[in-house]
Amino acid sequence: MRRRSLFVAAASLVLAGSLPAAAQDYPTRPITLIVPWAAGGGTDAVARIIGSLLEKDLGQPVNVVNRTGGNGVVGHQAIASGSPDGYTIGIATVELNMMHWQGLTNLTYKDYTPIALMNADPAGLQVRADAPYKTAKDLLAAIKANPGKFKASGTGQGGIWHLAIAGLLKDQGIDPAAVPWVPSNGAAPGLQDLVAGGVEIVPCSIPEARSLIDAGKVKSLAIMADKPPALYPNLPTLEQATGSKWKTAAWRGIVAPKGLPQPIVDKLVAAMEKINKSAEYKEFMSSRGLGIEWGGPKEFTAFMEKADADFGAVMKAVGIAK
Amino acid sequence: MDALLAAFATVFDPYVLLIICLSSAYGLFVGAMPGLTATMATALLVPITFFMPPVPALAAIVTATAMAIFAGDIPGCLLRIPGTPASAAYVDEAYALTRKGKAEQALGAGVVFSAIGGIFGTIVLVTAAPALAEIALQFSSFEYFWLVCLGLTCAVFITTESPLKGIITLFIGLFVATIGLDNPAGQPRFTFGSADLLSGVDVIPAMIGLFAIAEVLRVVAAAEVRLPSAAEVKGSIFRGQWELAKKYRVQVLRGSASGTLIGALPGAGADIAAWIAYAMSKRFSKEPQKFGTGHIEGIVESGAANNAAVSGAWIPALVFGIPGDSITAIVIGVLYLKGLNPGPTIFINNPESIYAVFILFFLSNIIMLPFGWLAIKSAKQILRVPRNILMPLILMFCIVGAFAMNNSLYGVTVMLVFGLLGFFLEENGFPIAPVILGMILGPMLEQNFITSLIKSDGDMLAFFERPIAAGLGIVTLLVWATPIVLALLRRRRRMSPA
Repeated sequence: MRRRSLFVAAASLVLAGSLPAAAQDYPTRPITLIVPWAAGGGTDAVARIIGSLLEKDLGQPVNVVNRTGGNGVVGHQAIASGSPDGYTIGIATVELNMMHWQGLTNLTYKDYTPIALMNADPAGLQVRADAPYKTAKDLLAAIKANPGKFKASGTGQGGIWHLAIAGLLKDQGIDPAAVPWVPSNGAAPGLQDLVAGGVEIVPCSIPEARSLIDAGKVKSLAIMADKPPALYPNLPTLEQATGSKWKTAAWRGIVAPKGLPQPIVDKLVAAMEKINKSAEYKEFMSSRGLGIEWGGPKEFTAFMEKADADFGAVMKAVGIAK
Repeated sequence: MDALLAAFATVFDPYVLLIICLSSAYGLFVGAMPGLTATMATALLVPITFFMPPVPALAAIVTATAMAIFAGDIPGCLLRIPGTPASAAYVDEAYALTRKGKAEQALGAGVVFSAIGGIFGTIVLVTAAPALAEIALQFSSFEYFWLVCLGLTCAVFITTESPLKGIITLFIGLFVATIGLDNPAGQPRFTFGSADLLSGVDVIPAMIGLFAIAEVLRVVAAAEVRLPSAAEVKGSIFRGQWELAKKYRVQVLRGSASGTLIGALPGAGADIAAWIAYAMSKRFSKEPQKFGTGHIEGIVESGAANNAAVSGAWIPALVFGIPGDSITAIVIGVLYLKGLNPGPTIFINNPESIYAVFILFFLSNIIMLPFGWLAIKSAKQILRVPRNILMPLILMFCIVGAFAMNNSLYGVTVMLVFGLLGFFLEENGFPIAPVILGMILGPMLEQNFITSLIKSDGDMLAFFERPIAAGLGIVTLLVWATPIVLALLRRRRRMSPA
């Protein structure tokens, strides 16, 4: 009995892979959604809500599988090397556009079939609540006057928030090394160190800093985006505060291995658009303070292309790019 | 008062009680399976809790994690496979008791003192959360550096034979911890171009290998090693626990208190609490020579400590939204999702929900007794299985557990390599527990040392500039210097009459 069902599974695997007709009735078996980050983190949570809504929509189980390690390299590699049959998809994150510049992998956004951009969280500029600076402009002036005095933290060396502040400094004509980076395992330890007096700046996203902002321990000076965040509509944008046009956001999107047949792409894009507009997704994202973003394959590709070039320039300026 | 009554009403609702029972069973299963951790149990619950009201959602998480941390003791005690890293500190002690035919006592102590530790931690959470969270938030990398140094010292205290051998295996663990990309500089080390090695060596598969696979190898290699049969394991698991609680009341209190404090620190969780409690227990014991031979004292203290830490971790999570461990990191997301935004005002804005959480903590630690009793009763049947069938079964479970960690064969390879390492180390009289300690603390040691130096622009004196750091630093240096000074004094005394 066991052997037969194994045989059937194997046979259907082979058939699903070889017959183009299989694309029409996709999906006929469970889908694997690979997450390059650990269970319990923000990306994992977004993947799991997308997974459970996708399961409802397509009528097939969606297994969320965490493949962690190597700053996301392991998981992104696992998505790229899956077979392009629609049964292996994954959630790509902002690190995809960074790790190849660091020489960690040869993977770039070109190694995937982009499906949909689902979320983006812009960087903020956080300092201790009792810090003497009232605006981002004050802070930048203080950095310029005392290069090396202010330390910043919130992610690993060369991580997204490191690039956020380095890009801002470069944009303002200040040497990015004027704010030495203190590597941390994510925003929470960085914020804790900010409150404990270990560092002065944490340029993480607003939702990550939210609980400490609400507790009156941390204040945000600006957001590196077009518009203020939904959580704090009075927060100025970086452009309003300093005139700098620099913008950075951590984003998450659904991708598939390269060479996914068009009918399957269309089906997945339609499903993702439905999820993106659904009340459940909106409620989940807004209650966690995460920003919803939508971009189909075309917009997603253009978005990644620009981000890739921007990051390359900053990483070269900071001296992280190889 | 109304809020408290309302909280009782929401918790003692049939639906919530059903959720508690189901998640207890789930937590026990996950904790008892090697390779599945309490953190993973919580992460898998998140999509389910998404469709639940706040109180049942939190009920599921609170009970599942409390059960999982206790249940990690079961396979550790019966088969020498620590179910979670929090059980690794005292797994050898518990297994030694099982080999003496005292599995009942070891497991009973595990469940009873886990419950006591959990309740102690909850009382602290209820009464002192805001004040303790303020203190915990003052810990920067300077303080953590000294705390980690103290933790490393445990390797020497827990080693039964020569401390030197303990230090050597500790350094093996510290070396393994340097592999991979996750270091402060973000530089790949010892990866040889392999994407798997970039992610470093996971503690879980290494731990399964060191303990369980090494044990399987030893049983296969030496025919005379025997497991106690189920017939020898008799009596109620609760018999004699009251006497233990009276005899070791200081240890229980010390373990619960240190566990709660360590749990409340955002950088340290249940596993480190268990190690420090076990080492403290031995250091201050009246009969330290009995440790490692099947002596219950250390299990009492560290069993209480790791469950107290689970409650303690909620302190900074509820008050400031700063996770106390990897479990509460997930919980914070769920709290936001349910509109219970963490912050000092959570106690004012949502008193019913917070009281409900407190009641849930008490409840889950109390029902740990009957559920634990059931789990132990069914799990110990495994000792009836003949050895030639049991060993392949253990091997199979180990492989599944190591695979499940990251869904890749890499974990299985790590497990096998560490199995061989553990076997050879133990055959030559080297303790293996310090390897795990080194692997857990190694990354924290490096991270806190390097980031401290970046912050102080390379000034070493900064490690003594902040008051808490200076205090911890002096304690650490004293602990290190004492044995050396004592040895010197002894030598001088021996020299002078001659």
